[in-house]
Amino acid sequence: MADIKKHDTPMVDELKSGPWPSFVDDIYSYAEKHQKQACFDLMGQLELSYKHKETHWKHGGIVGVFGYGGGVIGRYSDQQDKFPAIWAFHTIRVNQPASKWYHSSALRKLCDMWDHRGSGMLNTHGSTGDLVLLGTVTEQLEPIFYDLTHQMNMDLGGSGSNLRTPSCCVGKARCEWSCIDTQALTYDLTMTYQDELHRPAFPYKFKFKISGCPNDCVAAIARADLSIIGTWIDDIRIDQEAVRAYVGGELKPNAGAHSDRDWGPFDIQKEVIDLCPTQCMYWDEKEKKLYINNKECNRCMHCINVMPEALRPGTDTGATILMGAKAPILEGAQLSTVIVPFMRLEPPYDNLKELIEKTWDFWMENGKNRERLGELIQRVGLNRFIVDVLGLKPIPQHVREPRSNPYVFWKEEEVEGGWQRDVAEFRKRHPA
Amino acid sequence: MENRITDIGPPHYAQFFPPVIKKNYGKWKSHEIVQPGVIKYTSETGDVVYAVRVGCARLITTDLVREVCEIADKYCDGYVRWTTRNNIEFHVTDEEKLRALLDDLKGRKFPNGSYKFPVGGTGASVTNIVHTQGWVHCHTPAIDASGVVKAVMDELFDYFGSHKLPAQVRIALACCLNMCGAVHCSDIAILGIHRKPPLVEDDRLEHVCEIPLVVAACPLGAIKPATVEIEGKKKKTVRVNVDRCMFCGNCYTMCPAMPLADGEGDGIAILVGGKISNRISPPKFSKLVIPYIPNEPPRWPTTVKWVKKILETYAQHARKYERLGEWAERIGWERFFELCEIPFTEKSIDDYRLAYDTYRTSLHFKFTSHVEPM
Ligand code: HEM
Ligand code: HEM
Ligand code: HEM
Ligand code: HEM
Ligand code: SF4
Ligand code: SF4
Ligand code: SF4
Ligand code: SF4
Repeated sequence: MADIKKHDTPMVDELKSGPWPSFVDDIYSYAEKHQKQACFDLMGQLELSYKHKETHWKHGGIVGVFGYGGGVIGRYSDQQDKFPAIWAFHTIRVNQPASKWYHSSALRKLCDMWDHRGSGMLNTHGSTGDLVLLGTVTEQLEPIFYDLTHQMNMDLGGSGSNLRTPSCCVGKARCEWSCIDTQALTYDLTMTYQDELHRPAFPYKFKFKISGCPNDCVAAIARADLSIIGTWIDDIRIDQEAVRAYVGGELKPNAGAHSDRDWGPFDIQKEVIDLCPTQCMYWDEKEKKLYINNKECNRCMHCINVMPEALRPGTDTGATILMGAKAPILEGAQLSTVIVPFMRLEPPYDNLKELIEKTWDFWMENGKNRERLGELIQRVGLNRFIVDVLGLKPIPQHVREPRSNPYVFWKEEEVEGGWQRDVAEFRKRHPA
Repeated sequence: MENRITDIGPPHYAQFFPPVIKKNYGKWKSHEIVQPGVIKYTSETGDVVYAVRVGCARLITTDLVREVCEIADKYCDGYVRWTTRNNIEFHVTDEEKLRALLDDLKGRKFPNGSYKFPVGGTGASVTNIVHTQGWVHCHTPAIDASGVVKAVMDELFDYFGSHKLPAQVRIALACCLNMCGAVHCSDIAILGIHRKPPLVEDDRLEHVCEIPLVVAACPLGAIKPATVEIEGKKKKTVRVNVDRCMFCGNCYTMCPAMPLADGEGDGIAILVGGKISNRISPPKFSKLVIPYIPNEPPRWPTTVKWVKKILETYAQHARKYERLGEWAERIGWERFFELCEIPFTEKSIDDYRLAYDTYRTSLHFKFTSHVEPM
């Protein structure tokens, strides 16, 4: 093992103190125990960044494993003389198991491999969802890939202009509200679209995120080109006995989420009925009974969140499919837009896949280089996208409100007599 | 290349489910947060599972993962999960194990005293800050990520392990406008920004960049092709109309010969009031309330101060269940600025596309300290 050169890192060292877990202490402990030069050098370079207030990573560097277009992000230091152990420091995105459950036997194998072939540092997890291995050199990429696939039954995730690793909330594994099987769907889509995940063919990135209910714990609506959010189309289930227990103070509202502050006794009128955005609930104080006009409910989840023992989503479940979320660059931030208000999702999910593939076909043909789906929809118009591209019926659920300008693009075939007119005939009626 | 296998996909999730999770999949009936960080789930079958949520830096080492494994082996038959906000969750089925696990977690500290596994992040708390790579690993950041998050969470630590807020507060950090960290819908967003137009390396540009792509990359159309003469040789390059540049860095993404990082110019913007969930009100974007705070490594005191000030003003004034953005909308943004004592500047008036949507076109405003009768 090469000699360990330590860099003084007085500023970075200040982050060792304080109660929140210190990544600096973690990394230095590891570096000393395993005599890992890459860790010392990373902290050294970070110190230099703290001094210059600028990053010291070079732009770009295309590297990867054979036959894959994504999953590895090249990274090189611009201070290679000072920090030789991180002169190359590539990121590996490892496709996480759906909703990020692990067993220690699998994690230990991964750790052993990563001590041996990489920096020993990782991100749990990257924002996209992948388990991210942080920092290795080009020669190690193939061996890492070999070890991952052969020893661990793991594969790379996505990066670049391809499908990014789909991710989902904990769903039915632990949450009573999940209206769809988020893990099964995530796994199925991931397996079905391995090619799109690993071999970029798209104009730009494409993300699937799947939440089991409108609480949207994976932020699907803000983060995915195609957001799948579980919901129900029938009535909220009510256990009147339990409602009375909340009113009587035997059960803690919102499952105990407000336990450290005295908000006074629970008041169903103030905390549930009056906050219902559609005003579709009614508490009959005499009868001690809760009524919900389910036809008016917009399924915001508030009442269910407040009284989880008493209220549950309905049993006729599926998902709302939305499209087009993206971060601000280039055309400003967008949230996903409702495309299909309700879709039943049962394996093999052919209805969803048909929609996905229609969307991709159009995007791949018409999207400009680095144009996200949301930007393309803006460019062609949501109405054209829904009607002409997807062949769906326009319905009021697609918009928050109808347009307020009357500048409608009529097509020639929609107008009686077409657009071809004879100006001589016109002038016969209207002399100039 | 022999015996190479590809496209096997991720491990099947179900093999990592603890037995109680596998058995009760889809049968969960209800839950209760028995104390901050501990959620008790009850199944229709009568089974119970306690999920213990602990904070975790996103950037960790294999040794820390091994320690997680050791805890999982000792109390959870080896099973463990990570949440979308980089917390770790341990699952146990009986109270005795729960107590033992909580005691054990409390005692585990890093050499300099920070907790390895602080319990919290549930209910009306500040949970773990989702963040990006920063100076630790990305080529475009204006700020660090892990360091800023550590500094902010140290200061807000008490709000992680308690339920004192009117509702949950989600904080997110992204180190540049790409927003890999997804801050545009967070209650409080910490965002790294550049403030100087890109440099143009004329002698290098044509060798490393595709000029039409660079020109097309600029959302403001600020980049034009140009030709210069260097040592008698004509070189194809670009020119930037600096008056139009809003420092997004998209050109640098397409072209390494147009760097824009700058130690003096870069810094932090604070956005607030975004949310994801559909609960009560629809998902909302975060709004920019502080356009610039200087970069102050290693502990970013001004950023920490403002985040705390906004959080605590909200905690003091908002109603139960009200998210930060819902509170600000109820009282009006003019009142928000007044209460939080944030100076309002011209920079908070939008001048990008669709800015008109944010102009006030009614008389429904409040008189605050900002108004001076003319
Ligand atoms: C102009 C375009 C962008 C460029 C050049 C870019 C570049 C990058 C790079 C280089 C990384 C890898 C960082 C690393 O692992 O070292 C990354 C990660 C990522 N990017 Fe971007 N990005 C861009 C836009 C976006 C946008 C618009 C989003 C989100 C809507 C996004 C989401 C992500 C996510 C989620 C990651 C993973 C981050 C993490 O693991 O923390 N990126 N991006
Ligand atoms: C009492 C009601 C709620 C329960 C029982 C609940 C349950 C959960 C669970 C089980 C997770 C972990 C999910 C995962 O990591 O995949 C989670 C995470 C999350 N939830 Fe909820 N959720 C509730 C309400 C909400 C609401 C109302 C929102 C948004 C307004 C929300 C936003 C989030 C977010 C952002 C995360 C990621 C948090 C983290 O990983 O620490 N949740 N929630
Ligand atoms: C269905 C479409 C519309 C109809 C039928 C309509 C009709 C009218 C009428 C009858 C007036 C007359 C007011 C008066 O004499 O007091 C008026 C005024 C006005 N309209 Fe419209 N309008 C329409 C759409 C629009 C649109 C799309 C805009 C702008 C985007 C617009 C801007 C105005 C303005 C600014 C005035 C006031 C003009 C003034 O008082 O000087 N209108 N409109
Ligand atoms: C209330 C506000 C927000 C909450 C609660 C929230 C929640 C989350 C959560 C839980 C993650 C998880 C990250 C992960 O899976 O590791 C995340 C990441 C992310 N969020 Fe947000 N987020 C918010 C705001 C935003 C905003 C404003 C954006 C805008 C860009 C955004 C886009 C993203 C993106 C792009 C990621 C990672 C990127 C990706 O995987 O696509 N989020 N956010
Ligand atoms: S999105 Fe809904 S179903 Fe999924 S974990 Fe969150 S609350 Fe549960
Ligand atoms: S889910 Fe929301 S809209 Fe529906 S009844 Fe409950 S509070 Fe009202
Ligand atoms: S937000 Fe910007 S600087 Fe941060 S990791 Fe993403 S691309 Fe890099
Ligand atoms: S930083 Fe953005 S706005 Fe400025 S020139 Fe580059 S692409 Fe255009």
